[in-house]
Amino acid sequence: MAFPGVAWLAIFFLVAFYAVVCVAFGNEDTLSQPVPFWNPLHWNAGYVLQVLGNYWHRGPYLTVSIRTIEFVALSIGLCLLIGYPVAYYTARHAGRWKGVVLLLLIVPFWINYLMRMLAWINLLAPNGWGTRMLHDIGIERVFIWLGLLSARGGWLDGQPSAVILAFVYGYIPFLILPLVVALDRIDQRQIDAARDLGASPFSAFVRVTLPLSKVGILAGCVLVALPMFGDYYTPDLVSASTKTSLIGNQIDEFTRQGSEKVTGAVLTLVLSAFLLLLMFYYLRTTRQATAVAEE
Amino acid sequence: MINWLRNPWGKPRWLKLITIVYILWSIVPVAIAILFAFNAGRSRTTWQGFSFRWFTGASGSVLHDPQYQGALKHTLILAVICVAVATPLGVALALGLQRWRGPGGGTVNTVMLLPLVTPEIVMGVALLLLFLRVFPEIGLGTPAQAIGQVTFTLSYVVVIVRGRLTSIGPEYEEAAADLGAPPHDQLFRVVLPLLIPAIIASAAVAFALSIDDFVVTQYLSGNASTTTVSMLLYASARGAPTPALNAIATVALLITLATLTLAFLVYRRFASGREAAAVAALDI
Repeated sequence: MAFPGVAWLAIFFLVAFYAVVCVAFGNEDTLSQPVPFWNPLHWNAGYVLQVLGNYWHRGPYLTVSIRTIEFVALSIGLCLLIGYPVAYYTARHAGRWKGVVLLLLIVPFWINYLMRMLAWINLLAPNGWGTRMLHDIGIERVFIWLGLLSARGGWLDGQPSAVILAFVYGYIPFLILPLVVALDRIDQRQIDAARDLGASPFSAFVRVTLPLSKVGILAGCVLVALPMFGDYYTPDLVSASTKTSLIGNQIDEFTRQGSEKVTGAVLTLVLSAFLLLLMFYYLRTTRQATAVAEE
Repeated sequence: MINWLRNPWGKPRWLKLITIVYILWSIVPVAIAILFAFNAGRSRTTWQGFSFRWFTGASGSVLHDPQYQGALKHTLILAVICVAVATPLGVALALGLQRWRGPGGGTVNTVMLLPLVTPEIVMGVALLLLFLRVFPEIGLGTPAQAIGQVTFTLSYVVVIVRGRLTSIGPEYEEAAADLGAPPHDQLFRVVLPLLIPAIIASAAVAFALSIDDFVVTQYLSGNASTTTVSMLLYASARGAPTPALNAIATVALLITLATLTLAFLVYRRFASGREAAAVAALDI
């Protein structure tokens, strides 16, 4: 009974991914269309070496990759800063409002990501309601003073800060929900025990609650990191400038829009390898954390 | 209030404030975008009065402009195909995995979960190259888009159906077997009826995922005739479109919300609240 589904995944997931590998280790024809080499014995490492050489010599691929890591790291930091208190309140203090708050936290999942971005594009247009409000309450001035915004009302013309805030807005729901689950599971008696033994509320939080929610923090970070690393549409929509071009934009430009599909396939492999490492690290840390918690 | 002024750091007060501000921040911008779908003027930033012209007006509306009408129609066609293929395929795969005897079950299970953690751009590139180089006779366009959507929706269907299978347990099936029901009857007269809420819920989630999908659909699009609502939003959000863009996004949102609410209600009617909440949270 499993056969049709297994065959489907084999062809459209595994073979498709193998096609990326074979194109990356393949060649281009005279019309610069990719020619995959299906037999691993015939693989041509030329394009892969070219991309790795670009990284080694601090070429543009390294620049966009480092920028991607910076943007994602900052976005995740902000997501945690905002998301942890929200998750903490929902899981431990919402009381009879818990169901309603949870529902409100889930609502963004039901709204198309691009519509959520469209909402901000309308708000942050030069004469949009958001731009005017940020101007009136002085946030615009603070951003200009901090160097996070280059001109008045210029939120959407190539600001790294706008891309990071859009990332936070777009992906934070993915981080909050696993955190709520993790914080919800913590046994109140463990915190009470710490308090009874003389821990201050702060110390009880840092030494009991925070370590016990580590698995949820990590799960949330992975859930937002994976789509952020492959994102190209958010920078396109809220910035549309090469100053905020990320690895996703580079891949998109080479594969979907352009005719450098072989290089695009190599960069897709680089991204996949990086994310695979991240996943292994995550699985190992989670296993260790779970083992520690069970001891 | 006076209490709060006396001790603003008294525990959950500031947590409550952050949560309320967060929820407003996450929902109000979208509410404003929906409001502007009803703007009487051409602006998406200045309110000029209430009207339905961008939904049903004679020119440039979702209902009458060929570009918008076509995108909405194509989105719905893809969603229907996606549900029609992914639901039976996923239910069968879930049942198959549940009964898997012998080696390979673990591997299949891992591969089945991989699409959930693969960034969409990787799947997009992989499927693009597959349809360009391995199946050029399929090529890009509606069939490729439908296949791509089924590939990542399948995992969601399997996860939902397996959750329900686990909570049902093997007892009913064993009882049917003890009473002499042949395997065929055990499946069609015992297991499948018990699975109906999960099947409806997974079909709804597949429908919503298909409507909201962007990356895979865009990568496998052949030409302008295979533009979906999401692709239209991406292509024209930064241009100078009319509030019809907000209107078409609103229509798509209403369809998604109606589908998911219906599925949630059906599921809650049959299954426990916790399971239903898990399904609601799954639509990511």
